[in-house]
Amino acid sequence: MRFVPVSGLDREQMLATIGIKDVDELFSVVPQAVRYQDTLDIPGDLSEIELSAHLEDLAGRDAHCGSLVSFLGAGCYDHYIPAVVDAMISKPAFFTAYTPYQPEVSQGTLQAIYEFQSMMCELTGADVANASMYDGATAMVEGALMASRVTRRGTFVISAAVHPEWRATLQTYADAGGHDIVEVPCSSAGTTDLVALAEALGSDTAAVVMASPGFYGGIEDVSEVVRMSHDAGALLVLGVNPILLGVLEAPALLGVDIIVGEGQPLGSPMSFGGPGFGFFGCDKRFVRSMPGRIVGRTIDVDGKTGFVLTMATREQHIRREKATSNICSNQGLNALAAGVYLTAVGARGLSGIAEACVAKAHYLHDGLLATGRFSVVFDAPFAHEFTLRYDGDVPAMQRSMLDAGFLAGLDLGSLDAANVGLVLFAVTEKRTRAQLDRFIEEVSSL
Amino acid sequence: MSDTSLREPLTGTTIFELGSSDLGCVEAPAPDVPEVDLDVVLGGQRRTRTLGLPHVSEVDIARHYERLGSANFGLDTGFYPLGSCTMKYNPRIDERTCRLPGFAQTHPYQPESTVQGVLELMIGLQDALAEIAGLPAVSLQPAAGAHGELSSLMCIRAYHTAHGDARTRVIIPDSAHGTNPASVAMCGYKVTTIPSDANGGVDVDALRAALDTDVAALMLTNPNTLGLFDPNILAITQAVHEVGALAYCDGANMNAIMGKVRPGDLGFDAMHFNLHKTFSTPHGGGGPGSGPIAVSDALAAFLPGPVAVRTKDGAVTLHKPEHSIGRVRSFYGNVGVMVRAYTYVRALGGAGLQDASEQAVLSANYLKERLKDVYDLPFDQTCMHEFVLSGHRQRKEYGVHTLDIVKRLLDFGIHPPTIYFPLIVDEAIMIEPTETESKATLDRFVDVMVRIADEARTQPELLHDAPHDTPVRRLDEAKAVREPDFAYKPQA
Repeated sequence: MRFVPVSGLDREQMLATIGIKDVDELFSVVPQAVRYQDTLDIPGDLSEIELSAHLEDLAGRDAHCGSLVSFLGAGCYDHYIPAVVDAMISKPAFFTAYTPYQPEVSQGTLQAIYEFQSMMCELTGADVANASMYDGATAMVEGALMASRVTRRGTFVISAAVHPEWRATLQTYADAGGHDIVEVPCSSAGTTDLVALAEALGSDTAAVVMASPGFYGGIEDVSEVVRMSHDAGALLVLGVNPILLGVLEAPALLGVDIIVGEGQPLGSPMSFGGPGFGFFGCDKRFVRSMPGRIVGRTIDVDGKTGFVLTMATREQHIRREKATSNICSNQGLNALAAGVYLTAVGARGLSGIAEACVAKAHYLHDGLLATGRFSVVFDAPFAHEFTLRYDGDVPAMQRSMLDAGFLAGLDLGSLDAANVGLVLFAVTEKRTRAQLDRFIEEVSSL
Repeated sequence: MSDTSLREPLTGTTIFELGSSDLGCVEAPAPDVPEVDLDVVLGGQRRTRTLGLPHVSEVDIARHYERLGSANFGLDTGFYPLGSCTMKYNPRIDERTCRLPGFAQTHPYQPESTVQGVLELMIGLQDALAEIAGLPAVSLQPAAGAHGELSSLMCIRAYHTAHGDARTRVIIPDSAHGTNPASVAMCGYKVTTIPSDANGGVDVDALRAALDTDVAALMLTNPNTLGLFDPNILAITQAVHEVGALAYCDGANMNAIMGKVRPGDLGFDAMHFNLHKTFSTPHGGGGPGSGPIAVSDALAAFLPGPVAVRTKDGAVTLHKPEHSIGRVRSFYGNVGVMVRAYTYVRALGGAGLQDASEQAVLSANYLKERLKDVYDLPFDQTCMHEFVLSGHRQRKEYGVHTLDIVKRLLDFGIHPPTIYFPLIVDEAIMIEPTETESKATLDRFVDVMVRIADEARTQPELLHDAPHDTPVRRLDEAKAVREPDFAYKPQA
């Protein structure tokens, strides 16, 4: 398949207009010695039927969460996506449009992003939210970097209870940008060790970086960490789960300075880990230090309400090396999906979904403990994700359960040898009691 | 004329102001497990703040987004010659394949044995990109072009550090995209800007003068942002290597040269791709994109990871390169975008990709030839996939600015080209037709551009007031900054 709607005759006429005989003449500026003379060794030139069959064959080799019963979470969640979400983001007027730099013909995208920003402010309690970042991990990094700009300090104090991949991402950026990182260990609760945190804070601490719930599922004492951070002159960057904000307090109300997170649960499919989107919210006094695009409401020459990309003097296309971030393309279509999702479920729906996740997670937690094969590791309160110790070989248990049609959580020992025997379970509203009961029964019979 | 005062406007009324139901339209199923006491289980952090989300029915949602969509200009709306953005057609088969459950409903932590299909796709895409780049190693992790730039610079920094060679500066030509210097700053380097020469290429003497052993890399867009292939490219990469620095290619303009010349063969050590430009994945109103990077053997061990590798038994596994800079985001990248790009690559194959680049360059040169007498052409040379006109004459003689000219295009149903970029051209109009437009579309664009040039002479006020037919007209951007309104405040 090719997507070039130019006939041979048209091509001849175009060549004639330019005054050349062969299209290769247009490449004569390329030094002869390095001009590529072969055909690229890339298979293809398939008809649509062949192409479709090839991709269906590849996709068909995967076992997926539509047929397996999944208890995997850890930053990517199997939530239900209402049909209206995909229907709206599949409108070509949205998905084939470019970044809305021409506001006269981009009001659809701009207003939808403004509405998305408004909804993220509602969820988090922040005054201002941007138009999205790449993902939760990079949103957390950008939060820490912004804290460094605001406080003019260079050290990030990060909790070991933050997702290991998010910590690793911060480490990569800090290595390059010359920031220092101090890692605070977990307590026996599976959350941030506040005694160690107090010792780690210093006069160069720009940000305390934490997540609640953390990687192991534990809900942090956010208010206490806000107090400790502020006493040290640092800002708190907190990663949150947007679905759980249906039942958990809006972080800004607890005094959190910079609220970030992964937006995939809000209407984006898991897609093997991406694309989702990162969200980023903060107090309006930081707006000039924020990364990423922001849409604002204004009027046109006739006084009609309209929307524009605004505060652009923060951004790379204007400020170049002095920009607040290098981000340009973001995850706009996923942010649009989140806006449709939150509208479709509404406030009651979101809290209902969150409550169902929490209730089902606690049901599974208690059911697994009752088997006698699992035991409590951490005692922090949890929402829809929790860690238990299994009394046998975790990989063997997971293989057996996979044969029975289950993705039996995340083997934490596979990520960190110190955590051998620990399993992280996530439960969404999609899981039914029958599935939970069957899982408990099957795993207890191993 | 009928009275339209009761007609709902397309835009301006937010979704918060619609409807009155206190229900969402999609309910969670009835609880089937015992309730929990949220006051207890959530550690005393149960939500107290009211959640002011919209309250609308599904039909309201459908109509709201339909109205918003009709106020948008997408690629399907009309010709979109937005320079440096490669607005080529988004094949619909890509939209179907990325939604197949085996891709869309897989979790990143599933056992590798259960995701061999998507891993096979990733390694296939890595191989195709390596072939196009002429560079052996690829990481798909970066989420967008700027992210790819930064990731590449991090690899370059790690390479120098591993050689005990702390360097401090990166050289960038003045015609570069703003993401280049911003990425350099995030990577802890200082920017040295060098001027372009009279032909729009790198000023090689200025480059040599700027090069020393403090320089970590040159970042170069080639073809550059004027749409010109730098004829001195081999001398440039050689000079960079002579001081031990590395050459980075910003791959934003790869649509010009697929299978015609490979960055690796030009002496580049690293580059990024924009899958959302060159490989036809949709721009989504700003994203998601995908910004894979390709590097030389010397840099391969530093790639961000994991990357897909084939094991001895033929399976595909995810592997972190030996001296990896680490992760640049969670999981493996924007896989949903990779599925679309892979579908596109397999649709065309090697010869089809070469054909696409040839037509993109032919179409750009055709438009340039037909417009060069109507508007100023600052660099009158064979261009690659795009070219830059100047509205200098129209401003000087008729007081009409480039902004006025392109806003008038909107009245004819054509999306404006990129304007005022690159910064080195006065009143720049940067036009990139792409290969997916017919000659009839290009000819109509020429007719409209000729007409607008006439109007600039005869009715300049028509251009000053443009656009006339759009859902809103020129917006007060100063007010948006002066009176910040970034979020609708629902009435409590």
